[in-house]
Amino acid sequence: MANDPIHQFQISKLIPIEIGGLDFSFTNSAAFMVATVVTASAFLFLTTSSRGLVPSRMQSVSEMAYEFVASMLRDAAGSQGMRFFPFVFSLFMFVLVANLLGLFPYFFTVTSQIIVTFALALLVIGTVIVYGFAKHGFGFLKLFVPSGIPGLLVPLVVIIEVISFLSRPVSLSVRLFANMLAGHITLKVFAGFVTSLSAMGAVGVAGSILPLFMTVAITGLEVLVAFLQAYVFAVLTCMYLNDAVHPGH
Amino acid sequence: MFVTPGYAEEVAPAAGDAHTTDAGAQAHTEAAGGGGVFPPFDSTTYPSQVLWLAITFGLFYLFLKNVVLPRVGGTLEVRRDRIAGDLDQAARMKSEADAAVAAYEQELAQAKGKANAIGQDARDGAKAEAEGKRKEIEAGLEQKLAAAEARIATIKANAMKEVGNIAEDTAHAIVQALGAGKVEKADIAAAVKAAGK
Repeated sequence: MANDPIHQFQISKLIPIEIGGLDFSFTNSAAFMVATVVTASAFLFLTTSSRGLVPSRMQSVSEMAYEFVASMLRDAAGSQGMRFFPFVFSLFMFVLVANLLGLFPYFFTVTSQIIVTFALALLVIGTVIVYGFAKHGFGFLKLFVPSGIPGLLVPLVVIIEVISFLSRPVSLSVRLFANMLAGHITLKVFAGFVTSLSAMGAVGVAGSILPLFMTVAITGLEVLVAFLQAYVFAVLTCMYLNDAVHPGH
Repeated sequence: MFVTPGYAEEVAPAAGDAHTTDAGAQAHTEAAGGGGVFPPFDSTTYPSQVLWLAITFGLFYLFLKNVVLPRVGGTLEVRRDRIAGDLDQAARMKSEADAAVAAYEQELAQAKGKANAIGQDARDGAKAEAEGKRKEIEAGLEQKLAAAEARIATIKANAMKEVGNIAEDTAHAIVQALGAGKVEKADIAAAVKAAGK
């Protein structure tokens, strides 16, 4: 049981709540969403509270995150896209902190739940669609008709563009989900080798050194992946928002 | 990990007969909920996760938007203004310093020119004065030389005259010593004169 690599993704109820036949229980997943939000908020709030003209180390971490996301969004969507800055920054911080918290042993990884990443991706695409139509009306549909293609090809290109647009939430959510899931399973499997091998006596203990090193190395890799996937999620969000701001390609 | 079997049991009945794992893992499989459904794909957990994601992420968004981001943005703004202001001030001070250096160099050049002129004047004056003095002294020397030459000439003439007298006296004394009797002084003078020629 301890070695089951899937067990870590198990949802368990902490406070059962049921409304209208649907299960809205406060689960371990919800608990770690709260932990993620509280950790990120507390870090950002406390480190910036001094508003130092010369930033302290932690303050400059928060400011670097701010400027990193701000420049990412400005590069992708221009200054008009900056209205979405709080949204993109929240997404980036939420995914990043959820990924990082998940790396602690015995912690639950919120972003390894497809429904969570899919909900965030739908939020992004929903924002793109709602803002796109609100801002440009039906002009937003120009998104699916790239300029400068021969008339004969238009139907084909429009179909391709629509499919590519519809696959965005899927690719956005599956990418993050699969990365976190695969990473944590790998980590768990290698860590499981260590315990099961070392239970087999002296030879086993000697043999468990290699998986132990692998576990350490993969942990390092997973830290990188945690940052990278948060970055990728935020960058793609910026690019999709760019479509909402400037639909005409 | 928080493992509470209660949640899983609610889900389990539907798949209760799907337990094909060995007895050791059975307890766990039951706890895994859905009897073998991969947990992230267990759709019975979706409403709860979506609800709590909406609540937590919504609060997070509002907190960042209304508290944290204005604060960080303000801090960065203040810093940017301050740096720009400081740079402006530095540029202004530098241009002031440059102007001061230019003024200093101009004054230095003027002072140098003035000093040169004063030096030249002084040199010229001193030269002229020295020339005048030299001429004066030369003239004095010339005069003295002439006076000395004149005196030498008189002394020489006197001496020449004396020579004649001495010769006459000497000749007179010699003639008398020879005992040639009385000889007229005038004769001797004539003889000396003749010999002197």
